[in-house]
Amino acid sequence: MIPSRPSQDRQTGRSDTKKIRRFSYAALRHHIGGLRSAGVRFALGYAVLFWVSAVLFLSVIWWGTAGLLERQVEASVSADARALSERWTDGGLSALALTIEDRLEDNVDDDALYLLVDPKNQRVAGNLSVWPADVAMSGVWYQLTIRRAGSRGVAEVQAFDLPSGYRLLVGRDVRGRTNLRRLLTDTLLWAWVVITILTFVGALLVRNMFRRMISSIARTTSAIAHGDMSRRMALSGRGDELDEVAEAINEMLDRIARLMDGVKQVSNAIAHDLRTPITRARAQLEYAALHAHDEAGLRSAIENGVSDLDNITAVFEALLRIAQIEAGSRRSAFASFDLIPVLQDIVELYEPVADEQSIRIIPRMPGHLPFYGDRSMIQQAASNLLDNAIKFSPHGGTITVSAAIGPELSYDGKADGQTVTVAVTDEGVGMSEADLERASERFFRADSARNTPGSGLGLSLVQAIAQLHGGTLQFVRRSPGLAVEMQLPLCGTSRMPPVPDMTQDSQSSHPPDMPMMIENHI
Amino acid sequence: MRILLVEDDPTVRSFVAKGLTETGHLVEQADNGKDGLFLAVSEKFDVIILDRMLPGGIDGLRILETLRAQSNATPVLILSALADVDDRVAGLKSGSDDYLTKPFAFSELLARVEALGRRGRNEAAPQTKLEVGGLEMDLLSRSVRRDGQKIDLQPREFRLLEFLMRHAGQVVTRTMLLEGVWDYHFDPQTNVIDVHVSRLRQKVDKPFSQPLIQTVRNSGYMLRAD
Repeated sequence: MIPSRPSQDRQTGRSDTKKIRRFSYAALRHHIGGLRSAGVRFALGYAVLFWVSAVLFLSVIWWGTAGLLERQVEASVSADARALSERWTDGGLSALALTIEDRLEDNVDDDALYLLVDPKNQRVAGNLSVWPADVAMSGVWYQLTIRRAGSRGVAEVQAFDLPSGYRLLVGRDVRGRTNLRRLLTDTLLWAWVVITILTFVGALLVRNMFRRMISSIARTTSAIAHGDMSRRMALSGRGDELDEVAEAINEMLDRIARLMDGVKQVSNAIAHDLRTPITRARAQLEYAALHAHDEAGLRSAIENGVSDLDNITAVFEALLRIAQIEAGSRRSAFASFDLIPVLQDIVELYEPVADEQSIRIIPRMPGHLPFYGDRSMIQQAASNLLDNAIKFSPHGGTITVSAAIGPELSYDGKADGQTVTVAVTDEGVGMSEADLERASERFFRADSARNTPGSGLGLSLVQAIAQLHGGTLQFVRRSPGLAVEMQLPLCGTSRMPPVPDMTQDSQSSHPPDMPMMIENHI
Repeated sequence: MRILLVEDDPTVRSFVAKGLTETGHLVEQADNGKDGLFLAVSEKFDVIILDRMLPGGIDGLRILETLRAQSNATPVLILSALADVDDRVAGLKSGSDDYLTKPFAFSELLARVEALGRRGRNEAAPQTKLEVGGLEMDLLSRSVRRDGQKIDLQPREFRLLEFLMRHAGQVVTRTMLLEGVWDYHFDPQTNVIDVHVSRLRQKVDKPFSQPLIQTVRNSGYMLRAD
């Protein structure tokens, strides 16, 4: 993991060494990234984990092999000694000596060691000539170097006290096993060294992998941060966690781009639709200031200017309101109420206006329709719809205001909830397909509507209100006329309506021929 | 009426003060929250006009809350650049009697201030009968007569006329009617109120020689006997 720093030092003059060392240390730090680098931390974590588990694994192997050999020796010596002491109890000294001789003869591997001595340390039986000087205490393991039949060997022995001062030494020559154990230990040590090297290599690989993974994300995000909104994360196509992250980031970027487009669209609209009345007011006032001959002319110019300003304020307020509703912050006023009286009141508010143009407003509503939402928003939406319908209705036409519980017209496959459809249908000039697409855009006014008063914000506001309630706004062409439908989910009082999809901008009007009006005539 | 005006913008303040003085009111002015609060608690006013956002640490709502905490019931109208419904609700909740968002027409402000001043005086006894000129309204039997002749009104027309009669002699703006009669707090784009008033006129004024419901240019309507 540590690159070869000294080689660089050696190539430079002695006097520069310190400086170079510092420099290369900095370079090193930069290269590795120090502990602050997540990649290095990640790699170190990997290395430590790998190394510790390898050491544990090796230890277990060692314990299971070399340790097992030792334990086997100890167990067989203990069993031997127990059997011999039983022989002593059963048959006395002679039986014991006989047994020892028997055992020595039966011992094919020639690794058993026995020595029975009398109280004067004289050998009675066994294959050792003298009692080893080192072995003083009984019940303790001793490791002895013994010389037997001309060759040296290592033995594990234990002494046992017998009654009347006799002592018994039982052991095993473990020369072969010791060799095996050394071999094993060497092998494991080498394995440990190799594993350590592998650990470092692995850690380096992990760090590089990590850096590669992160740097693609970092490169893209920093490009975007510097203003290149068209960049997107590359997907590996494996569908792994990185792809998930990349997809989430891409989604977020798409949404940001859409929101930015929305803002751009609004600011363009503001630039255009607020500038126009401001210009008009300014021109009028300026003209009056320069050319007005009498007080009356001046006064009327000023009044016109003020009314233009009032218009601008109204547009401004509508824009703010739409923005605020679209931000979804107006949930505080949600409550349960009956939709029908609200709609009837709006119909009643507009009836005289319609009457003046001999337009009939026909309500088609059930007796009650419990709804959960913002009453004043619904009032405003209904008012805007009715206002529009009256504006575009011919003299003597009919407007239908209907409200009904319709089954969820599933755009997204949901069939569980219920929808309230509030529709206002007129027999006016209607709108062309192309105009319908843009009907709820801010400031959009169809060519046929150029000569009617209005700001072009009414339907945008209705759309925003529908979305606030988790619903949609649809336009259905009729011959003649147009039906504008608000489809609002009927959530009851217990459940909050789903969060409106704020990404749905004004562009996202649905295909106009899709929904059909459902009218429950009650 | 004695009116306290607390507003920090000098142009708006002098415009409002001039207008109110010209219509015969006595106006005290304060340009910050501290002075405003001092005047409001130490002197007696018929109406207080409060800008919501004021320099000096004490804003309009604080003044209002302090006043109401001292059980001072002087009618308060809040002027605010915050047009949000939530802000309006917050203003009304903290004890204001009316709420007007900037920018506003002076006629609207004047009409509302006068209505507030009148309300302060009228609230003592609940009325069962309203009378303006020859026009009588019985609030219990919900019947209307003019010069002894019965006039049939729809429920909404009745409420519209009631509102006008309760504010007889005062200018009532379209927004005030929309809020007071329909309880709507948005601006319908067309002249719906005008049409409702003209319908009411058909019933109340047309059969008689003397029109009672007057149109006040650039402001609204007024019900007047003379």
